[in-house]
Amino acid sequence: MRMTKSLRGKVAIAGVGSFNVGNVPGFSAIENLGGAALRAIADAGLKVSDIDAVFSASSAHAFPTLSVCEYLGLKPTFVGGANVGGASFEMHVVEAALALEQGLCNAALICYGSNQRSAGGRLVSMAEPQWQEQPYRFRMPINGYSLAAARHMHQYGTTREMLAEVAVAARGWANLNPEAFERGPLTIDDVLSSRMVADPLTLRDCCLVTDGGGAIVMVRADRARDLPQKPVYFLGGGMAQWHRSITEMPDLTITAATESGPRAFEMAGVKHDDIDLLMLYDAFTINTILFLEDLGFCPKGEGGRFVQNGTIAPGGKLAVNTNGGGLSCMHPGMYGLFLIIEAARQLRNEAGERQLKKADIALCHGNGGVLSSQVTTIFGTENAL
Amino acid sequence: MPQLPEIGPEQQFKNYLAEGKFMIQRSRSTGKYVFYPRVAIPHSGETDLEWVEASGRGTIYSITVNRGKNGSYNVALVDLEEGVRMMSTVEGVETLPIGAPVKAKITLVDDAPAVVFVPVEGE
Repeated sequence: MRMTKSLRGKVAIAGVGSFNVGNVPGFSAIENLGGAALRAIADAGLKVSDIDAVFSASSAHAFPTLSVCEYLGLKPTFVGGANVGGASFEMHVVEAALALEQGLCNAALICYGSNQRSAGGRLVSMAEPQWQEQPYRFRMPINGYSLAAARHMHQYGTTREMLAEVAVAARGWANLNPEAFERGPLTIDDVLSSRMVADPLTLRDCCLVTDGGGAIVMVRADRARDLPQKPVYFLGGGMAQWHRSITEMPDLTITAATESGPRAFEMAGVKHDDIDLLMLYDAFTINTILFLEDLGFCPKGEGGRFVQNGTIAPGGKLAVNTNGGGLSCMHPGMYGLFLIIEAARQLRNEAGERQLKKADIALCHGNGGVLSSQVTTIFGTENAL
Repeated sequence: MPQLPEIGPEQQFKNYLAEGKFMIQRSRSTGKYVFYPRVAIPHSGETDLEWVEASGRGTIYSITVNRGKNGSYNVALVDLEEGVRMMSTVEGVETLPIGAPVKAKITLVDDAPAVVFVPVEGE
């Protein structure tokens, strides 16, 4: 038996919750986190005092697990507060799976909260300035992505229209999701004619800045089967990281998802054709294109052409970011956990108007920093085991 | 690991810049260059680093223009002839095509010397 297969199906998401998604002045970051955590714990049919492991990362809290445990009154036997940016929560899933499987804990809470929009409307970043970037007024994080997009266009003939198609598809899904913050019509021309922020990315190529909290509860599979919700099983996870500063990324068109993806697929024992839903961290439109390529859903360089003509929009060939994504649903600073919440809702058949006909296996791909950290996770229903 | 000098590579680099020199590190044994300056060549780990003057010749690897209410400026990634990449900005133009040749110069940014680039004449 391969060691990497040992976690497959051993643990499951038993509860999910989100809270105050959008523009909700009057709530602090920890209050939004707390609200989501309470919902996820209740959804799992558990009590707050049942939680004995906490995983969190934050731009608002230097010691996130200390803040969360104090706030909720938890005395955990295991915590994980490592921060690899927006992909932290996919990493926390892998860590929680290990800790649960080893019996170091019994009920793991993975949680996040932010009041980024109402607290000022700008993307808060705890990231320390990189001295070699500082004289040039590098705008973190957008310039990492605009430089990657420019390079992708140069190397592969990707166009601004192709980038815009990603934003239009996301909006199509958001229009089916009552929780999405930005709804209403959006055309390719709307994206192209919106304000240019950092060439070649316009305002509509960029994710939202919203408030919001999110949380999931994970337990071992045997326990999940006795809890009220349909278990969402962890099938596989893989991580990779190559750089901190965009100057150190060897090729701006190839991300470490080329490594995290195969690792997750190997553990999950599934093929690309098995994936019913792709949740890709779309902080900018170029992300979706890069991750479709790097995770193997289209050849390198073809991502722009792949998304054309509604391939990833509602009714298209491949369901991607069915909540509306970071581009149109929500992006409260770090978005990675919300990829998993949407996947769980789809796999539990609770996604309302946007519910996929077949939703047995979902891939959630987190991204952090400037295309820096990449963590891929794969989840499935009972049918996938 | 050999004894490090009195000041670290970041400060040494900045001291050279203050003297008007754009210096980068190179391993004596393998000839590999590294930028930004650090205590060893990444991955392979050579610590026998010496400072050599950069050619200053490079090409644009990628470039973006930040546009705001107070005007616009470009941020570029420049591949130096020595095989290392650095962040910088290209002076005197709004932007340049990817692949365009550029030449380094030292200028004051917020009262501190920094390496910026200018387009190569005739290109």
